[in-house]
Amino acid sequence: MSTTTVAAPTAPTRPRRRSRSRGSRLLFLRRWVSPVVLVALWQVLSSAGVLSERTIASPQQIAATAADLVRDGTLGAATLVSVQRVGIGFAVGAVIGLALAILAGLSGLGEHAIDPPMQMLRTLPHFGLIPLFIIWMGIGEAPKLALIALGVAFPLYLNTLSGIHGIDRKTVEAARAMGLTWTQRIRHVVVPGALPQTLVGLRQSLGIAWLSLIVAETISAHSGLGYMINHARDFLQTDVIVVGLAVYSLLGLATDAVVRYLEGRALAWRG
Amino acid sequence: MARLKTPQKNGTPTTTDSPGAYVARVTAHNRSFGDTHVLKSIDLDIRPGEFVALLGRSGCGKSTLLRSLARLDPVPAGEVAISGRTSVAFQEPRLLPWRRVRDNVELALLNTPERRSRADLATRTLAEVGLSEKLGSWPRELSGGQAQRVSLARALVSSPSLLLLDEPFSALDALTRIEMHQLVIDLWRRHSMAVLIVTHDVDEALALADRVVVMDEGRLAHSWQITLPRSDRAPSQPEIAGARAQLLDALGVKPTPPNPNRNPLTNQGAA
Repeated sequence: MSTTTVAAPTAPTRPRRRSRSRGSRLLFLRRWVSPVVLVALWQVLSSAGVLSERTIASPQQIAATAADLVRDGTLGAATLVSVQRVGIGFAVGAVIGLALAILAGLSGLGEHAIDPPMQMLRTLPHFGLIPLFIIWMGIGEAPKLALIALGVAFPLYLNTLSGIHGIDRKTVEAARAMGLTWTQRIRHVVVPGALPQTLVGLRQSLGIAWLSLIVAETISAHSGLGYMINHARDFLQTDVIVVGLAVYSLLGLATDAVVRYLEGRALAWRG
Repeated sequence: MARLKTPQKNGTPTTTDSPGAYVARVTAHNRSFGDTHVLKSIDLDIRPGEFVALLGRSGCGKSTLLRSLARLDPVPAGEVAISGRTSVAFQEPRLLPWRRVRDNVELALLNTPERRSRADLATRTLAEVGLSEKLGSWPRELSGGQAQRVSLARALVSSPSLLLLDEPFSALDALTRIEMHQLVIDLWRRHSMAVLIVTHDVDEALALADRVVVMDEGRLAHSWQITLPRSDRAPSQPEIAGARAQLLDALGVKPTPPNPNRNPLTNQGAA
């Protein structure tokens, strides 16, 4: 038994492993072939004048513009403003969503009070509330943050609540039989038990947060990535628009990667 | 020497009322859910270090009585008096899947004063149940019997004066169950706590207990003292066979009449 486990990583397996990794690297490269071909085609069509600059700028020009925007600080400043908006809006929405879910999940009275209105409101498309938000809050920062917070609160609320409901009552009872206090049961049983579903909600809500930011900034903004894009639209600078869109998607990818890392760390027990 | 006392009424007669004489004293205890009376005026005393089996059919109220003793359900004042710690091992192991084996056991020590020795104590107790090699495993990696051993270790680690076992072996296969019986006897001898095991298995009760109490429709119907040493309790022992017949009779199980046309040893038709 122990001899086989010790023997496993030594000589005979090595070549196979190396060839496998070379194979997977090849497979990985193969997945890049078609995107590269498409970009090359795009560049050829732009250079040949088939795609006019007013329709869409060439990849080469977009890259040059991106470098300029980074160098003169425009892109950095705009990104910072947008990230701040998402950060604040997300924090507010997350606190609201989690707090409501915990209240509803831990007390029957809380659930009766909180869940029916939440279930009714969740069917409301939150972008449809923009006109009301503008009437209530004008067109400053407040309606943008409110839109992001609203979009974040619902998936976190729904997933966390279902996570709490999904906890096996018998394990909670076992914790009670061990003499754990209420707070200890929350900390050691309820929170870790609801965590997997909460992380699902976190991923959904981060996606919605970026989407809400884009919608909010497109409608009105005097700073941030949306402002940069809108400003470029007025001057038909398709290259700047594409750079802005690319930054949006990179930010979305980055936050998704953070959540996936958290999931890997926190859910190791699932194997 | 090998003696089986004939039925007594409701537990052993009271010999002394000094506080150390009982780890648990149940007096005129009633429980009802709606119109159903689950426990009807129960009187039961458990002495320190005594091994009691509570035997009964499903739905007779035996688990409800255990829950009263474990203080898992609200109980009217004065009906259940416990001196010292109780702990419970349930039919299912009820481990927290997000904690490694040793962390699961340590959780039962959360409210004990000496913080530093928790890990040592958990390690030692897991060694006692034969799981020294599984300290760092996740619960999902354990077999049913191993998980139940962890559950036993978790119940034992806090040094209870009364260990409550709620049909802990009924989900295990027959061979594992026999091993677990030996383990429980070992642990009981070493720790000298009182044990109350709730079971519907007559043979389990006869193999383990000093005293077997039969419960029927919410009442303690009979109580037997078993004085035969545990090593002499083979089912073929006349005393054990006799006790078995009496217990089955008390539980309302009719013995299968022998088939007069078959010789049980050769399994051939008698002429």
